[in-house]
Amino acid sequence: MTDLLYSEEEEALRAAVRDLLADHCDAPGVIARTESGAPHDLAAWKALADGMGLAGLLVPEELGGQGASHREVAVVLEELGRAVAPVPYLTSAVVATEALLVCGDEELLGRLASGRAIGALAVGLHTAPGAVAKTARLENGTLHGELTGIADAAVADVLLVPADDGGLYAVTADAVTVTPQVSLDLTRPLATVTLDGVPGRRIGDAEPAVRRALRTAAGLLASEQLGVADWALTETVRYLKERKQFNRPVGGFQALKHRLAQLWLEVAGLRAAARAAADALATGEDTDVTVAVAQAYSSPVAVRATEEALQLHGGIGMTWEHPVHLYLKRAKADSIACGTAGAHRAVLAELVDLQSP
Amino acid sequence: MTDAAELRRRTQELLAAHPPATTDRLDFLRARFDAGLAWVHYPEGLGGLGAPRHLQAVVDAELEAAGAPDNDARRNGIGLGMAAPTILKYGTEEQKQRYLRPLWTGEEVWCQLFSEPGAGSDLAALGTRAVPDGDDWVVNGQKVWTSGAHNARWAILIARTDPSVPKHAGITYFLCDMTDPGVDVRPLRQITGEAEFNEVFLSDVRIPDSCRLGEVGNGWRVAQTTLNNERVAIGGMRLPREGGMIGPVAKTWRERPELRTHDLHQRLLKLWVESEVSRLTAERLRQQLVAGQPGYEGSGMKLAFARLNQEISGLEVELRGQEGLLYDDWTLRRPELVDFTGRDAGYRYLRSKGNSIEGGTSEVLLNIVAERVLGLPAEPRTDKDVAWKDLAR
Repeated sequence: MTDLLYSEEEEALRAAVRDLLADHCDAPGVIARTESGAPHDLAAWKALADGMGLAGLLVPEELGGQGASHREVAVVLEELGRAVAPVPYLTSAVVATEALLVCGDEELLGRLASGRAIGALAVGLHTAPGAVAKTARLENGTLHGELTGIADAAVADVLLVPADDGGLYAVTADAVTVTPQVSLDLTRPLATVTLDGVPGRRIGDAEPAVRRALRTAAGLLASEQLGVADWALTETVRYLKERKQFNRPVGGFQALKHRLAQLWLEVAGLRAAARAAADALATGEDTDVTVAVAQAYSSPVAVRATEEALQLHGGIGMTWEHPVHLYLKRAKADSIACGTAGAHRAVLAELVDLQSP
Repeated sequence: MTDAAELRRRTQELLAAHPPATTDRLDFLRARFDAGLAWVHYPEGLGGLGAPRHLQAVVDAELEAAGAPDNDARRNGIGLGMAAPTILKYGTEEQKQRYLRPLWTGEEVWCQLFSEPGAGSDLAALGTRAVPDGDDWVVNGQKVWTSGAHNARWAILIARTDPSVPKHAGITYFLCDMTDPGVDVRPLRQITGEAEFNEVFLSDVRIPDSCRLGEVGNGWRVAQTTLNNERVAIGGMRLPREGGMIGPVAKTWRERPELRTHDLHQRLLKLWVESEVSRLTAERLRQQLVAGQPGYEGSGMKLAFARLNQEISGLEVELRGQEGLLYDDWTLRRPELVDFTGRDAGYRYLRSKGNSIEGGTSEVLLNIVAERVLGLPAEPRTDKDVAWKDLAR
């Protein structure tokens, strides 16, 4: 049966990740970094990947990983979401790693698992599992073309590129041109990858690897969205207990209490949906439906939580110095990442036999 | 400590001594109670064995497999869900012995005389008076929204015993015999056409002091036990996927392709997802309870349940189009139990409107979540320290 709780080990993992992020990713630091030319926090990434070994959670021990499951990865993503940490964890330790697990490339897996290399799947962040991804052209054994919307490509050492022959190719970052795009979410920036006659090593078939990687990402993204939404709710409740207007704490006004209570209810639902998805990915049971349910539910809730947080913070919520905008941007970008809620509902309609007219 | 194996053994003993095929239904239920297998988490001698609550499932599975009769719990929801835990917590030894067994077997059905025309969400404002007279209390007042009063043998009742103190302090909790002279139950016809609720008029009803539950003036605290159990009961159901209100509408959708429209499809999928998430949230709450780490999700389950029931049943009436203009039957009926998903779509739509009112309105429940779960400041209270008799009415 689906286990929707957190184990003691998972709680211990959460505490360790939260501690580390408290040291590395405080909000003013994250905001300052977004204004620099290097938005990624590679020191935090090194501490997570190398220091704690978290980049290899999904990789079996004999391949240099931790041999853990999606349930533990989900807990890490909750904390990364709670801190809007600008690290390539979802892209490298989840998406690229999962694609490599399908292809069985042990050498690259080992490098990603140890954190010695950062990987990125060269598929637009918006792509839903099962959707057709844009491919590079294979001509005379080299890759050509321009792939846009590639998350964290700016810090990737290796890009996994789907090509028009149906293959997935490993390409070193040195061989391509990565041009940053101006991204809505400053903490998970996108880039255009230009391939101009680049040599690549075919590591397997693209379709199953990309599908599996994106399904896992969609399911676990719900946990990141839970972290974002939970931060927004917790922080807003804290602020509304403190902030006084009309000689009363603002949080004592019923109109606002009801909004927060309603939001709490939705976040409780998000937590159950995210846990169910993580468990389904770990056990392989009922995975497609559970992932689609989690994504269809999580995106609107996370966006609403951050939108409510902004509104209820009043003027301060509208400023650059208050971190709520980082969360709003992440939540909105996440609502498009790995397929919109509507795309997942359409998938669900097929899976549970509720056909469209 | 009673474990699953021990419970299985005791259940088999019960079945051997009272074979369901040849034992009278009521005799079997009484024997089950006496064997401590009625509600295993209750104390010994009161239908239980002091075992962990979740082990009840072990007993139920064995009995079901053997074809044993059950106590038709839905017929006495208020008795089982609310009266029993309150009597267990506050009753005297005599009261527990007298009431719990026939309550559990269903021989005596219970109702709840709490709400009044002037005291609904502000329940502590109630005005029904109980005045001492010798060894009795004499009760006068009017109660309302009393589900099942027409089938009930007993009622849990709260009444004002001291109007000179602030409203929460002057209330006492009683067990009221519904067959007593002066108890007048009148059907209250609802928007569905049926009369599942009642008004209950109490005129010089004499309640012996031995039917008082808890101390004089402590009735509000006793009632909290009842009300907390009410919300747990409402949120604690375990359902399979599509087990709730979404089931009938999904079935209609699959069977009647000619009714489908794009707009309804989007709304149906959204509600299907929300129903599934609500089911997962309830399941997570149940797992937390079993693991001994109770969460707060129960406070919110009823809110989600009410909203979903209303949206889904509303959608189904629309989906049925021309048929949605019709209703199955407006005949006045007096149902024995509430069936939210029974009858047709129109009935479900109308009945579900009560889900956000009964057992605490959604507005009050949102306040409770905001204050007790999120710790936000309480509403300003102007009535807290004023004697009840001095409150403006």
